[in-house]
Amino acid sequence: MTPELTKSLAHGMRRIRTVEETIAARYSEQEMRCPTHLSSGQEAVSAAAGALLRHSDLAVSGHRAHAHYLAKGGSLNAMIAEIYGRVTGCARGKGGSMHLIDEAVGFMGSTAIVGGTVPVGVGLGYSLMIKGGDDIACIFLGDAVVETGVFHEALNFATLKNLPVLFICENNFYSVYSPLEVRQPTAREIHEKIAGYGIHTASGDGNDVAAVHAVMSDAITKIRAGGGPAFLEFSTFRWREHCGPNYDDDLGYRPDPMIEEWTARDPISLFEGKALADGRLIQGEIDAMQQEIDTEVNAAFDFARSSEFPPAEEADMHVFADQMTGGPL
Amino acid sequence: MRSFANEIRDGLDQALAEDPGVLVFGLGVPDPKGVFGTTLDLQEKYGEKRVFDMPTSENAMTGIAIGAALGGFKPVLTHQRLDFALLSMDQLVNNAAKWHFMFGGKRSVPITIRMILGRGWGQGPTHSQNLQSWFAHIPGLKVVMPALASDAKGLLLSSIFDPNPVIFLEHRWLHNAQTEAADTNKPIPLGEANLLREGDAVTVVSVSYMTIEALHAVDVLKEQGISCDLIDLRSISPIDWPKIEKSVKKTGKLLVLDTGFKSFGIAAEIMAHITETCFRDLTLPPARLTAPDYSESTSPALTKDYHIRAEHIAARIGDMTDRDVSIEPILNARGAAHDVPGNWFTGPF
Repeated sequence: MTPELTKSLAHGMRRIRTVEETIAARYSEQEMRCPTHLSSGQEAVSAAAGALLRHSDLAVSGHRAHAHYLAKGGSLNAMIAEIYGRVTGCARGKGGSMHLIDEAVGFMGSTAIVGGTVPVGVGLGYSLMIKGGDDIACIFLGDAVVETGVFHEALNFATLKNLPVLFICENNFYSVYSPLEVRQPTAREIHEKIAGYGIHTASGDGNDVAAVHAVMSDAITKIRAGGGPAFLEFSTFRWREHCGPNYDDDLGYRPDPMIEEWTARDPISLFEGKALADGRLIQGEIDAMQQEIDTEVNAAFDFARSSEFPPAEEADMHVFADQMTGGPL
Repeated sequence: MRSFANEIRDGLDQALAEDPGVLVFGLGVPDPKGVFGTTLDLQEKYGEKRVFDMPTSENAMTGIAIGAALGGFKPVLTHQRLDFALLSMDQLVNNAAKWHFMFGGKRSVPITIRMILGRGWGQGPTHSQNLQSWFAHIPGLKVVMPALASDAKGLLLSSIFDPNPVIFLEHRWLHNAQTEAADTNKPIPLGEANLLREGDAVTVVSVSYMTIEALHAVDVLKEQGISCDLIDLRSISPIDWPKIEKSVKKTGKLLVLDTGFKSFGIAAEIMAHITETCFRDLTLPPARLTAPDYSESTSPALTKDYHIRAEHIAARIGDMTDRDVSIEPILNARGAAHDVPGNWFTGPF
């Protein structure tokens, strides 16, 4: 791995972690007044995707979307302002944490209904197929999404039409408090079940960013070459509660050994530890990187908190569009 | 003479020809029957990428239409019955209707969803539902319900090129309706009702196939000295309130006709709105004729009095105007059984 890529992955993970932990630290101030799903502990998959996707690739996501949006290049200021309900937010305060959008970098939207953006991503893939070229559509999803009918319907169509669509499944083993084994048969892993569609599938350790990058790079190369859709499963672990700023393992829904094993395998220290050991990174670079990230994140919170709220008359605006908002084909 | 189905097909043809972004898909779209003739030959003309059959995946295909729209296209998705499209309510309500709103106006979703409404010929409980009020209840969806063959193409073109999601409801009994009107290729703006008949006795507000029954009733009553305003809504969201209010202020009497169930339906909303806005102009309580609050059965023996027909409309207008009216001319003119739109219809669906 090149020093540039090493720095890029470390930076991507640290930036997401810092944003999420700052949200967690400030949530009790009661100024971020919306449900918020944090990705602390799950940064590796997003950071790898961010290093591999272009702005002209089109991505969608679900309720836990901060990391995906940031990795794709979405504006940090606009995201934090959106969570603060300000008019400078990426959705002018209409959507909050779960409805992120930055079309300028190809982040086409995240929504709150589990599985709801999967067919939207496939439809974006259909539009890319007609237009030609080698851009791809990327759908971020969690382990619960593969339990929905719409996921299988959309995957069937993507396979049928050989569409340039990358399905990235982050399996964190829990849907809120419900473990995987009460929701899915576990004799086969998710990616093994999906392999039945006959598309390219692969899996990896979602806390090992180098491994994720390698698996993802291979899949993206195949898709760009016209190989059709691919499904990747990465196991990972969310540190905090499903929704909100706190730790909730006092509730006892996850076994202690599991918590210990996964939190010990922090994706940032795992990756940086190796890079420091083999000399691809030096501690001074990491410190400088973190300082730069802290400055950026603090500035984003300052931006959000100093932004205006949307005027009251915007509450009933945007129900209908007066004109087409997309450009010509 | 051109049929309603021909007009729909010509509208799709024109849209596909005018704009390379228009896509047409749905179960059976390229098959030999072409969705009651409305999609015939379009795949041959525009290719398999723009006109195609689809998996039986109503919900995902609606989401795929939304995604294609976000990717710059203008998809038209067709369902052979509204009842099948109920599987797509999540994508319609949570995504299509809200995308423009929930992203602060960043991107509209120009999709058109054609759904066909069944009636009679044993369509039964799950092939005959007229759930227009469901869609009209959702902010962000437009709902279009053409009645006249001469309006079908113009309304479809406006729907396809509207920047918002449009539910386009085609009544199966209208597909063979004929028009002699000039073939204009002109879009008809959504939200403009059509005053089909003028009079001062009663304001009759109607949608979709009910407008055909209403035309028979109103024309027969005119020969008996009772002249009514007949307003064909053409779209129920947006709805042309000014035209309805203006008529009610003139007549003082409102009769609303709807193909859907009675309770919490379009008729209920129109009666409520007119009661709020024109209460002092009303000389009678507003009235409605709709489907009853139970599902349509399959046996013809159980559907005889299920649907509103012209004679029911004429009789009600007679009651509202305190006039004895004769429904004999309507019954005498009716050449077909109660469960078919005309003898041209011999099934199967």
